[in-house]
Amino acid sequence: MKYNSVFDIIGPVMIGPSSSHTAGAARIGKAARNLFGEEPKWAKIHLYESFAKTYKGHGTDFALVGGLLGFDTDDPRMSKALDIAKEKNIDVEFIEESAGTNHPNTARLIIGNDTDEIELVGISIGGGKVEITELNGFELRLSGNHPAILIMHNDRFGAIASVTKILAKYEINIGHMEVNRKDVGKEALMVIEVDQNLEDTVLQELENASHIIQIAKIAS
Amino acid sequence: MFRTVKELVEIAETENILISEVMIKQEMDVKNLSREEVYAQMEKNLNVMEKAVEDGLNGVKSVTGLTGGDAVLIQNYMKEKTPLSGNIMLDAVSKAMGTNEVNAAMGTICATPTAGSAGCVPGTLFAVKEQLNPTRDQMIRYLFTSGAFGFVVANNAFISGAAGGCQAEVGSAGAMASAAIVEMAGGTPQQSADAFAITLKNMLGLVCDPVAGLVEVPCVKRNAAGSSLAIVSADMALAGVTSRIPCDEVIGAMYRIGKTMPSSLRETGEGGLAATPTGQTLKEKIFGMSVSKE
Repeated sequence: MKYNSVFDIIGPVMIGPSSSHTAGAARIGKAARNLFGEEPKWAKIHLYESFAKTYKGHGTDFALVGGLLGFDTDDPRMSKALDIAKEKNIDVEFIEESAGTNHPNTARLIIGNDTDEIELVGISIGGGKVEITELNGFELRLSGNHPAILIMHNDRFGAIASVTKILAKYEINIGHMEVNRKDVGKEALMVIEVDQNLEDTVLQELENASHIIQIAKIAS
Repeated sequence: MFRTVKELVEIAETENILISEVMIKQEMDVKNLSREEVYAQMEKNLNVMEKAVEDGLNGVKSVTGLTGGDAVLIQNYMKEKTPLSGNIMLDAVSKAMGTNEVNAAMGTICATPTAGSAGCVPGTLFAVKEQLNPTRDQMIRYLFTSGAFGFVVANNAFISGAAGGCQAEVGSAGAMASAAIVEMAGGTPQQSADAFAITLKNMLGLVCDPVAGLVEVPCVKRNAAGSSLAIVSADMALAGVTSRIPCDEVIGAMYRIGKTMPSSLRETGEGGLAATPTGQTLKEKIFGMSVSKE
């Protein structure tokens, strides 16, 4: 089921005017920041369908950037996010796309700094709830109902075992797991949904495991 | 976990508990939280709603100037005259509109189930409370009952205008409010379901056609429609009127109608009222204005 909590329906507490276009956009931005691991220095944001047609009126632009700055949906600084990003010298570009997509409220974000970048697709499915459907070219099927860890790693034997061994040590149960790779021996992505939120110590240990490139946590 | 309104009502009837209690228990179970924690989170949302209603009744204005101040006009009218639609009805309408005026002015609100439809549930709550005199506990329960029905809609259809039109937003919100009013007034779980069905039936086909793509015109006044219809449907169900089409089938109809709705009528600001000569003129004015501001 897409929605599993009453607070998906009665909530979130947010700055208006639109739960899909403002609160949802902020959450997509924040998910991107979390996946990148730090505040990006630049962002190219492609908007599709209803997002592309109405983003100015709904504040989708400042909300996405607010999320990139780490703001929650009810952060009073939200409507000033574009100015705040400018002050911080974060370069933001919006591109209105005319192509159709699977979901009317879709954004593709490419964010980065001088050395790294990530690309992801987020959809805002209603009432402020969002899903990340693509990361660095990998399709995701994150329900968003459970905490998850995304692990970019090198496609080598033992990479998966080194991760699951650490999770087992901390008695963390895996609810759902998928592994994708671009090509044999190249970059790969592990997506692991777990039953409880992970402590930072566990994440640090995972980061240091063999063949691991980057780790991001998504709280449910 | 309940998936349908039928299952929701069955659980409430078999266990002889309120709809709100079914929702509270499920939330505790799914999120592994105590009753106190679940209650505390909902009370926080209730406080945000109360503050938004208060701000709306004090008068706000959106950046574009398209909306704001109507909630105040209605409250003043109620003080000076005897409203034809009755005090509770009009109080609900003004509080629903006030909440959405705050939303349009980029104030803080609680989405129920969305921001564009955030007026219906609190608007009716803070109006019927004047007659029903609920405890704080019952007011929190009102939100769980609303949430339980919204939960079914969100999982079986949609709650966003971009996906299913305004019937999915204000339609769902008004219907959720109807079900909650019934429970607060002492009706049965089945009467809540009937009230929900009656409201949603009367909202079927409603398109999402915001002028200039903004959550202002007609959104604020559609919350007036959703909240007033919520009270009428609740009264009908409490009187013993039932819905000939079962609740879940009405939700199914809403889903199919939304699926066939053209994109111009799903929150793109291209069709309906947005496409009227006045809608177009307002759009040009507003975006001209925002360009000159930069």
